[in-house]
Amino acid sequence: MSAETIEKKPAEALLSKRRKKLVTDPLIDDNPVTIQVLGICSALAVTTQMKPTLVMAIAVIFVVVMSNLLISLLRNTIPSRVRIIVQLAVVATLVTLVNEVLKAFAYDMYKELSVFVGLIITNCIVMGRLEAFALGNKPYDSILDGFGSALGYSWIILTVAFFRELLGSGAVFGIPVYDYVSGLFGPDFQLATNGLMVSPVGAFMVLGLLIWVQRTKTGYVEH
Amino acid sequence: MDLFNLGIRSIFIDNMIFAYFLGMCSFLAVSKKVSTAIGLGAAVIFVLTVTVPVNWLLNEYVLKEGALSWVNAGLADIDLTFLRFIMFIAIIAAMVQLVEMVVEKFAPALYGALGIFLPLIAVNCAILGGSLFMAQRDYTLAESTVYGFGSGTGFCLAIVALAAIREKLKYSHVPNGLKGLGITMLLTGLMGIAFMSFMGIDL
Repeated sequence: MSAETIEKKPAEALLSKRRKKLVTDPLIDDNPVTIQVLGICSALAVTTQMKPTLVMAIAVIFVVVMSNLLISLLRNTIPSRVRIIVQLAVVATLVTLVNEVLKAFAYDMYKELSVFVGLIITNCIVMGRLEAFALGNKPYDSILDGFGSALGYSWIILTVAFFRELLGSGAVFGIPVYDYVSGLFGPDFQLATNGLMVSPVGAFMVLGLLIWVQRTKTGYVEH
Repeated sequence: MDLFNLGIRSIFIDNMIFAYFLGMCSFLAVSKKVSTAIGLGAAVIFVLTVTVPVNWLLNEYVLKEGALSWVNAGLADIDLTFLRFIMFIAIIAAMVQLVEMVVEKFAPALYGALGIFLPLIAVNCAILGGSLFMAQRDYTLAESTVYGFGSGTGFCLAIVALAAIREKLKYSHVPNGLKGLGITMLLTGLMGIAFMSFMGIDL
């Protein structure tokens, strides 16, 4: 910490306090999913299992960071009247890239995620960060901001997926945890999985309860 | 009769909200009052019914593998499927703009009622999702029109129902952490259970 105070030169430190806040704020206090209510659609749709959720999280991190960088670089040349179209074009190009990479290198995953990769285009987190941050800030700051927001989104969907996969299919990352546990207690012992968790309803419930826990901790109250 | 079944399916069984979570953002944000929810619902029905068939035409005659063969036989092996996202979203943005202008010109009262919702719809994932599902499931033109209308109606039904519940909810004592988004998610889950009962219907 002390090194930071010494480095008070005109050029801001690579990870100054302000910049650290850009990354850490969206994780808990200003989480895009639980506090700002953005990007809920995909947060629920892909979370029946951990693996596709992880792929989705990586895809979103890539798209948010890259689009934030590109829009921030272009911010002085985009006329404000056509900015939405420009943003959509940049985001759609990046998402197409992700889609083609998935199709080429992870075809099973591509089949499983189906339309939801394409729907990153309309993920409000992406547009929200572009509008609120990248249009008015320098490229490096925008990268950090995008990274923080995407990370805040990622840990929420991974947590939801963890509970849904564990309680719904009795597994974590495809490893059948329930079978191991019931194996310890002899042949008659069987842990039951809950089909409701695999269905869409489970997603709403898990996310609702997660929001409850998270907001009670941060003390955030919506009016 | 198949078309009718498809319509019923897309309204109740494959409901945009309860089965695919599409359009959740506006579903949560604009469901505080019934009147505004009806406005948004109507706009979504309208835009979906228009954009899904238009995107079908685009997909069938421009983007699909070999779709360009009607222009020239030499173009038959061109596959533009990778342009799907960017073209669909461009069409949606353009159609929303067009619809907005037409409604403003010919139905000022409706325009006033829909207000801000029309432009917002361009980034509603239910709209893009409708087009992507249409392309994935190989619907025909008639089917995609019915599908667009049906899924729009399903969204409208869901958002109006949620808004009606949330209006009553204002008078309840909800724990602080659950206020707003939390209780709405749980409510949507309960409504989802009700909609799950449609899954047993064989169409």
